[in-house]
Amino acid sequence: MTSEFAVEMRDVVKRFITPEGSEMAAVDHVTMQIKNGEFFSMLGSSGCGKTTSLRMIAGFEWPTEGEVFIEGKPMGHTPPFQRKVNTVFQSYALFQHMSVFQNVAFGLEMEGAAKDEIEKRVKRALEMVQLTGMERRRPKQLSGGQQQRVALARALVKTPDVLLLDEPLGALDLKLRKEMQLELKALQQQLGITFIYVTHDQEEALTMSDRIAVMSKGKVQQMGTPVEIYERPSNKFVADFIGESNFIEGKIKSLSGNEACVFVPSLNAELIGMPISDGLVKGEEVTVCIRPEKIHIAEKNAVNQNMFRATVTNTVYIGVDTKVFVDAHGAKLKVWEQNRISRLDPKSFYTVGQEIWLMLMPENTLVLKKD
Amino acid sequence: MLQRLRENKSTQGTLLALPTTVWLFILLIIPLFLTLVISFGKRSPDGNVIYTFTLNNYIRLSGYTTDCPDGQATCFDPLYLQILGRSLSLAFNTTALVIIMAYPLAYFIARAHPKQRNMFLFMVLIPLWTNFVIRVYAWMMLLRKEGAINIIIGWIANFLHIPFQPFEMLYTPGAVLVGMVYEFLPFMILPIFTSLEKIDTSLYEAAADLGANSIKTFLRVTLPLSMPGVVAGTILVFIPVMGTFIVSDILGGRQVILVGNLIQRQFLDARDPTFGSAASLILMIMTLIVTYFYTRKFGFGEEIVAA
Ligand SMILES: Nc1ncnc2c1ncn2[C@@H]1O[C@H](COP(=O)(O)OP(=O)(O)OP(=O)(O)O)[C@@H](O)[C@H]1O
Ligand SMILES: [Mg+2]
Repeated sequence: MTSEFAVEMRDVVKRFITPEGSEMAAVDHVTMQIKNGEFFSMLGSSGCGKTTSLRMIAGFEWPTEGEVFIEGKPMGHTPPFQRKVNTVFQSYALFQHMSVFQNVAFGLEMEGAAKDEIEKRVKRALEMVQLTGMERRRPKQLSGGQQQRVALARALVKTPDVLLLDEPLGALDLKLRKEMQLELKALQQQLGITFIYVTHDQEEALTMSDRIAVMSKGKVQQMGTPVEIYERPSNKFVADFIGESNFIEGKIKSLSGNEACVFVPSLNAELIGMPISDGLVKGEEVTVCIRPEKIHIAEKNAVNQNMFRATVTNTVYIGVDTKVFVDAHGAKLKVWEQNRISRLDPKSFYTVGQEIWLMLMPENTLVLKKD
Repeated sequence: MLQRLRENKSTQGTLLALPTTVWLFILLIIPLFLTLVISFGKRSPDGNVIYTFTLNNYIRLSGYTTDCPDGQATCFDPLYLQILGRSLSLAFNTTALVIIMAYPLAYFIARAHPKQRNMFLFMVLIPLWTNFVIRVYAWMMLLRKEGAINIIIGWIANFLHIPFQPFEMLYTPGAVLVGMVYEFLPFMILPIFTSLEKIDTSLYEAAADLGANSIKTFLRVTLPLSMPGVVAGTILVFIPVMGTFIVSDILGGRQVILVGNLIQRQFLDARDPTFGSAASLILMIMTLIVTYFYTRKFGFGEEIVAA
């Protein structure tokens, strides 16, 4: 290994000419460093440039600006068949005119491997994805999940340094998808290959990844571990995109060290001891961000700090949680309460119009620059 | 009664197949049967059919004849077998040449930018709007001794001070071949184009991803996946070439006589429908045999038909 990074994108820009004739940047100054053996995900909504980024790593597309490095080597215009990465395509892109065996053997034949070696390696790859006995079938004669495994085996049999996966589970039903998520993750750990995984499913990304790059409009919004991304979103977009958040507008009243006192006009209250990120100054307009499951509901004001009154406007029971929607001096907030006790008794729910107290723990909140 | 029909699946099937069956009967079975009956008949001196049962027409086709020059009872004249053989080999050659010419064209069109693609397809189709016969006549104008091709070559030769004798191109087997290839090229381009265009570009990318360069990608992915188009095109070209008489009539003159010409002349000039019918049936059987073996090996190009 010549480089600490399996793949590196350095300030990569990809512009397309739209049919209307104007230019648009599908990928806009993206820099990512993907470590060897890492399970790295690109997460973002449709059209944010995930596929385009992946295609530039695979070599199907060349950056307009910037450079892609694989194993520390600049790729320039190196064609795909000379890159030591392999792709699992979203639509699988299996060769319909070939059997499962031939599909998986294709990449080895291109390397000029000997016949018995091909047979051995194909057999092992098919074992790995649990498709033994399906060698002679045509892709059309397989279920979606099985086709997905063939696509996986076909890429893995080449023993790439890096495996690129473009929403590989997108076409599968929820249950199978969850199974495959765990299988893929186990396979990645067992093989020690770097996975670069594209998905728009945040739960999938959080479940599988070592690190996630959250993308929007061609830019990387935040890069970090699942915990960092969820617990410390670096901006309002990420906080809103990953999971759910309450946003409360406010203004920094005073600062002491890493903590701030934020005045919230809508609640007519001050939030004390709020941890802040760097670069915020006194008097600045900010957004206080808190996850619905991190707000505590109390029947009465016990602590007297960071507590304020609210009225219940609706409750929704969804099994695991009860979603409580409240109105706090005109600010609409949502609170998830875990159903730790049986809810069989209707009286265990808050009633609409009931007055309650909400408590924000400073360590559970986040003060972000207003955008 | 309706109630009973609703329950009886096999009656339903029969009823549903009825219109097709009627059409097939009127348009295919009856004419074919008439042809068969007539082919076993005899020609009356005034050119009508005398309905009997004789194999004379078929024997005549095979080359044995009682109409011998030096008083022999029977003799052998391979004329008709030669005509059949010539038709068959011309059909093979035409089909092969058309495939060789159509494939790169179809490939080029399929790979072109979508806007240009429509224009190219349009250009392929334009000639089909002109009458078939007129298009063949146009080739006559080109190929004649005083035709455009000879004139142009003559100019060039004159310019280069090379002595030039106009080529005899018209009324040769080559002229017929050129005409056939020209006439049937679109029928090969379109199905090949369709099958090429249907190939998902991600398959090319997958091949490249797995280490195939463009030549290997073509041989291992593009070509096999476009075979249904080639097969469909072959059927669309081979069968009509076997039977057509216009091209050979105009560009081959009396030199290149095909089964099609033979049949046409029996009906219109020689006024012997019995012999013409026999020749038609033999042509049909030959075409069927070739098509049968071909489709057994390659299928009907059904992916195209299904599309
Ligand atoms: N070949 C192309 N020509 C023009 N525009 C393109 C091309 N490929 C992608 N784009 C545009 O670039 C943007 C990013 O596309 P990309 O396929 O990378 O999105 P994505 O994040 O993979 O989305 P999805 O989740 O829907 O797959 C889109 O707006 C798309 O329309
Ligand atoms: Mg995509």
